Amino acid sequence: MNRDDFPILSQDFVYFDNGATTLKPQCVLDKMNDYYDYHTSNIHRGDYDFAIKTNEEYDRVRSLIGQFINANPEECIYTSGTTMSINMVVFGYMKYHLQKGDEVLLNKAEHASNILPWIRLSEEIGIVIKYVPLNEDYSLSLDAIKTCVTDRTKVISLAHVTNVIGDVRDVEAIGDYCHQNHILFHVDGAQSVPHLPVDFKKCHMDFLSFSGHKMCGPTGVGVLVGRKELLKDMHPLCYGGGMNSFFEEDGSYELKDSPIRFEAGTPPVAEVIGLGKAIEYLMEIGMDKIHEHEIELKKYLLDQIQDIPNVILYNKNSQSGILSFNLDGVFAQDVSIYLNHYHIYVRAGNHCAKMLKDELKIKNTVRVSVYFYNSFEDVDRLVEALKNSKDIFKVVL
Amino acid sequence: MDANLKREIILDNYQEPFHKGLIDDTSYCKVNTSSESCIDNLDFIMKMDGDVIEDIRFDGEACAISTSVSSIFIRKLIGKTTEEAKEILNHYKNMINEKEYNADILGELNAYDEIYKQPNRKNCAMLPEEAIEKLLEELNNGE
Ligand SMILES: Cc1ncc(COP(=O)(O)O)c(C=O)c1O
Repeated sequence: MNRDDFPILSQDFVYFDNGATTLKPQCVLDKMNDYYDYHTSNIHRGDYDFAIKTNEEYDRVRSLIGQFINANPEECIYTSGTTMSINMVVFGYMKYHLQKGDEVLLNKAEHASNILPWIRLSEEIGIVIKYVPLNEDYSLSLDAIKTCVTDRTKVISLAHVTNVIGDVRDVEAIGDYCHQNHILFHVDGAQSVPHLPVDFKKCHMDFLSFSGHKMCGPTGVGVLVGRKELLKDMHPLCYGGGMNSFFEEDGSYELKDSPIRFEAGTPPVAEVIGLGKAIEYLMEIGMDKIHEHEIELKKYLLDQIQDIPNVILYNKNSQSGILSFNLDGVFAQDVSIYLNHYHIYVRAGNHCAKMLKDELKIKNTVRVSVYFYNSFEDVDRLVEALKNSKDIFKVVL
Repeated sequence: MDANLKREIILDNYQEPFHKGLIDDTSYCKVNTSSESCIDNLDFIMKMDGDVIEDIRFDGEACAISTSVSSIFIRKLIGKTTEEAKEILNHYKNMINEKEYNADILGELNAYDEIYKQPNRKNCAMLPEEAIEKLLEELNNGE
């Protein structure tokens, strides 16, 4: 779908590393260039025409985000990406609202950025991290979550879609459960917001984090969505210009309200504007359609890859565009180097989910992650290369 | 060295690496090595007998290049003195970095003389060398 929108796709390559970052359509690049070419200026502080235009563009993106994931615009904070968003939740909110002994439920399929901040917080204030056991297919069920909940459980933090297994968690049911049991619910949307419809309010999310660069937007910008009541009690991690109302010699100061309070200093203006364009672009295509196409691609890939004798699959069942595998007896990185030889770009490694090795019993996998612009021909090229991989070492050595 | 022979040496040492698997013995010194740009992650252990390398072993998850380099190095270095080992390491480093080196003392390690053509694999080829160098340093400073 929409391949012509991506100038980079005029080159001969197959891009299957969308879980890491996605390609950018011309419209997003144009929009950013437009800012640089025609109305460069800072935000919030200018009375001249360019600044006014920039301000409008910048603020409008908040409404687009709100519309995109169903939240109020003032609940949407610009960050530098998912990692920053999660750190803000953990060190700006949780640090001041959790006590020693309070329990946070995670699981071993999470990305480093949804584990390490919590580990650090446990060192700082003594929260207890519990890892909810995964099902046999490495998915996570509400039932398993329930068995881990005690009266000290204060937070459940999980990826909507995990980045190695690609299972889609039932965030609606989990959110509902959290809501009823007064448990805070943080969702890492890095791999879901770009790929399927996400509804912040309907799923009773308290916090939602995601990155612009994984959804056709530029690098350096992401979003933290937080429920208004919670943001009131969240502390900024950064202090400086733009976010304060006043400060005096006697040390008194007052901060502005959310979301500005959390956006000290000059933000990535061009990137925010670019992200807005990316969101408009995705909405135009339709998130349902994107998800459907990815599922079809995965099915098409599975049908063929299953017949290749030395392929070991780890996540046949997951309903997203992610497939993780290994070739028996070949190190994952050797496979990705081999595929690079045919201009097929995949990722090898632990994909920052370093604890998943305890479950998979293997540290490294090859990951194919698709997006709407991938075609069935892309899949054919991958399958063809894997079928001929008997001579892999002739190519990679 | 012709390409087929090189490939054969690398593959043999990848598929049946020498001294892969660590042992639990406190008389060994241990280092871990990994790199940002590749996903290889290797542990090396070494034991000296006076100034002579008595044993080296390694383990971990690693690609064909770094696994085979480890295997060849270990086979080559056991029984050598610190000085002899350092000389081999130096010539190997020079080869990988396209500097002058003595091919005669490198033996099977000459299989990697064209690895510089694949910049992303240079790292893989260097990891075992760095680990062994570190071990030699630690063992020689510790005494
Ligand atoms: C599930 C998940 N969470 C968090 C992240 C981190 O995103 P970023 O590096 O954009 O902050 C990623 C990206 O790889 C991810 O896949």
